[in-house]
Amino acid sequence: MANSDAFIDIRAVSKRFGSVTAVDGVDLAIRQGEFFSLLGASGCGKTTLLRMIAGFEMPTEGDILIDGQVMTDVPANRRPTNMVFQNYAIFPHLTVRDNIAYGLRKDGLPRADLDRKVDAALEMIKLSGYGARRSTELSGGQRQRVALARALIKRPKVLLLDEPLGALDKKLRETMQLELRQIQDEIGITFVFVTHDQEEALTMSCRVAVMAQGRVMQVATPRELYETPNSRAVASFIGTMNFFEATTKGIEGERLLLDAQGLGGIAAPVPGWQVNGKAVVAIRPEKLQLSLDRPQGEVSAAQGTILNSTYLGDRSHFHVRLDGVEAPIAVSAQNVERSMRDDLDDGTPVWLSWRDTAMVVLPG
Amino acid sequence: MTDHANTVSPAAGSFGRLRLAVTRSEALRGLTLMSPTLFVVVAAMAVPLMLMVAYSFWSQSYVTLDTSFTLKNYTDVVTRDIYHILFLRSVTISGIVTLVTVLLAYPMAYFVAFDVKKNKLLWLILLTLPFWTSYLLRVFSWKVILGYNGVINSGLMSMGVIAEPLQFLLYNPFSVIVTLAHAWAAFAILPIYVSLEKIDRTLLEAATDLGDGPVRRFFRITLPLSMPGVIAASLLIFIPTVGDYVTPSLVGGTGGVMIANIIQAQFSRANNWPLGSALAISTMLAVTAIACLSIWLAKRGTAAIR
Amino acid sequence: MSAQPQSRDTAARRWRGGYAVLYLAFLYVPILVLPVFSFNDSIFVSFPLKEFTTKWYAQLAGQPALFDALANSLKVAIFSAVFSTLLGIFAAKAMTRYRFPLQRPAFALVMLPLVIPEIILGLSLLIMVNRIGLSLSLYTVSIGHVLLCVPFAVAVLLSRFEGFDRSLEEASLDLGESAWMTFWRVTFPIVFPGIVSSLLLTFTISFDEFIIAFFLTGSETTLPVHIWSQLRFPQRLPSVLALGTLLLVASTLLIILAEWLRRRGIQPDKQPDM
Ligand SMILES: Nc1ncnc2c1ncn2[C@@H]1O[C@H](COP(=O)(O)OP(=O)(O)OP(=O)(O)O)[C@@H](O)[C@H]1O
Ligand SMILES: [Mg+2]
Repeated sequence: MANSDAFIDIRAVSKRFGSVTAVDGVDLAIRQGEFFSLLGASGCGKTTLLRMIAGFEMPTEGDILIDGQVMTDVPANRRPTNMVFQNYAIFPHLTVRDNIAYGLRKDGLPRADLDRKVDAALEMIKLSGYGARRSTELSGGQRQRVALARALIKRPKVLLLDEPLGALDKKLRETMQLELRQIQDEIGITFVFVTHDQEEALTMSCRVAVMAQGRVMQVATPRELYETPNSRAVASFIGTMNFFEATTKGIEGERLLLDAQGLGGIAAPVPGWQVNGKAVVAIRPEKLQLSLDRPQGEVSAAQGTILNSTYLGDRSHFHVRLDGVEAPIAVSAQNVERSMRDDLDDGTPVWLSWRDTAMVVLPG
Repeated sequence: MTDHANTVSPAAGSFGRLRLAVTRSEALRGLTLMSPTLFVVVAAMAVPLMLMVAYSFWSQSYVTLDTSFTLKNYTDVVTRDIYHILFLRSVTISGIVTLVTVLLAYPMAYFVAFDVKKNKLLWLILLTLPFWTSYLLRVFSWKVILGYNGVINSGLMSMGVIAEPLQFLLYNPFSVIVTLAHAWAAFAILPIYVSLEKIDRTLLEAATDLGDGPVRRFFRITLPLSMPGVIAASLLIFIPTVGDYVTPSLVGGTGGVMIANIIQAQFSRANNWPLGSALAISTMLAVTAIACLSIWLAKRGTAAIR
Repeated sequence: MSAQPQSRDTAARRWRGGYAVLYLAFLYVPILVLPVFSFNDSIFVSFPLKEFTTKWYAQLAGQPALFDALANSLKVAIFSAVFSTLLGIFAAKAMTRYRFPLQRPAFALVMLPLVIPEIILGLSLLIMVNRIGLSLSLYTVSIGHVLLCVPFAVAVLLSRFEGFDRSLEEASLDLGESAWMTFWRVTFPIVFPGIVSSLLLTFTISFDEFIIAFFLTGSETTLPVHIWSQLRFPQRLPSVLALGTLLLVASTLLIILAEWLRRRGIQPDKQPDM
């Protein structure tokens, strides 16, 4: 179980508040220099896990190691971590400069060195002229950057960020996502980033841990999460996914034979699957093709009717009804051709087709 | 996997473990922080009050205290008419004072909370400034104002409005009520102001939007939401004024003597501490009961308005 | 249709404005009696006013007992203010920062002196002091005053601590400060205005308190007890008025000073407390 490359090693950690289990037996190994995200719906325990790494909450069970050291008895102020708080927690009685310099008092630096360091930090967050400002006179984005500089100036081994972009508008959020990535690339310290925005997690992270109800469902790179989710919960949380209940029929070489509702008999390339009855076949909307005629070639196909369609400019979304499947099937198609006309009116009979590699088979 | 559970060094021993337990447990830290204050309150209030209860079951003849259990003090309190009269008078006067003070203060607090836009702080300071001056002197100045040769009488006489001094101004329940209503004004204004200020203004807009006029809106939204302030103000005035003996002594005359004067007399001139204790305890219990009952009624009342 | 309620609104507002002015008069006129008659050359407090004089003030200077009482009151008030504010800080922090069993009953107990008549607090303390065999002194008065002041201190400080964002302290710990330094560098400066309010309020309550002091005072009296003893002598009346005027001026200056101090500190919320 010991992970040789784990910089932050979270071992069987649980946290209970009275009868509420906020974090439930989490094992995680976060590597040095990684941009690691904790992703999950509201209330799934992300903040609690982050606060245990920072030292504000003690695990009810389990241990957290950072850089090989057990953190259990290390108080928050002695941990090699620094945090960017969700509401930024900028000290209202101090100027921007004093906020950033707050954590350096202990180092007893000469005045000139301290000033130089703070100036450099102000420059990094592009707030050079703002040092003397009252911190109450800052915009949301500026506060966020001050919180970041204040934490980073301590040169922590790990930077913890609790939904740092949640309070910003969409445009600013995208800019800050980029800046955060750049800063992380430059200084190369480990970032643990909490978010409930899956798009944010996918675009920024090296790896993502998907959490639900206090447990970690899957830890993987963004691409792996999207292409090969390991459970129905993860698959439906990340992007859109169509699910088809299925029963396993047997194995044919490298392929698994299934009978899926709405799809009929299919063969999916999943080696090592146990033939034990229930399974779910999952296909992403953009991996389904729509056509009026039955498609030719190396593809599987099923027939249905268009329920409705939405034009989105670069692509269109369709909902298709398949016999034997209750939920409508989502299909996304690039609008490759320039066309002023929709030839797929509601009620049109169509064919859905997909390659075998488009299918993911999940436990039922 | 290394054995990392054993991180408290053995040298730290049980003290280290104890410290760890204290720093780790929210509950213990909270209790530790609360304990000095709790200690003072227990030592300076709870224990003395229990002693007072004990005294009330003892008896005294001249200078010797007899510590054998007796109910005599309480039978005295219950059976002697003088105590009933004084108690009823105290409660009535304090009740009227509370009512008058709160009624007078409510529009004032309302004005500052809703009508004053710019100089709220200045108004609050102006309203509380008299409260920062000596209570004794505030009561005393009423005696000077209402007295037989006092400010009002001499003023009216020198203006020729009256020929003889008015007798009814001082040394009666009326003068006690006026004086107390003045002396305790700040205790009414501040809690009511705070609860009015807290009301979310969009609630009032919502009520108007749903068709309430200003009067209905006041009774259905503003008043119920400011009720906590009114209740706090009433308690803060009613309870201490029942126990006040300064005001009755200075401006009450014989008709304005209240229960506190009698209690005080038992501890000084009459030197019967057990009886004084029994009177004090019964007064406290009765006042608490009345206070609880009125809070309950006030809550029922506001619930009925809706 | 909208014009009429609008004008009714302004009319109501005018009425309330008028009422507010009358109310202020009710509050201030009795107090202004003190300065007016303190300069009046007559031992009777009545109209018409006589000559202007400052002799009552001069008379004050010749009363050593008064100055002793003033010094005693200052001592007691400073002790009570500092001590009860300290206890208030502990309690307010425990109430807002932690959750512990019996928290609400403990809080209720701390606030209880607020709703017990002062005469009962004073007399029960007198009984205890008597049982223990302590002699009455300024210390016994101070104990009573601390008890009386604690709920006020807690109430004032609680409103400050409640508006205090806990993540600020966590941010400080996170940046490497110890719990103690966090208190000095973050918590204290932010709740400082509340502490000033609390010190001021408790100082005034103690300085002004008569009922408890009357029972618990020994041979050294506090100022209110001294004033009480003077009220029995009609010929001392004008100098009591002069003294009252001086106290009035002093407390007004104190309030202005406190307000100035408070404005220099920052305010996390705009609501003025107290
Ligand atoms: N101090 C606490 N006391 C009691 N319960 C708590 C405490 N902190 C968190 N919880 C509970 O633990 C669970 C997880 O909370 P947590 O704050 O970790 O969620 P989260 O994933 O950060 O959610 P969000 O995205 O809304 O911030 C929730 O059910 C919450 O109610
Ligand atoms: Mg959270």
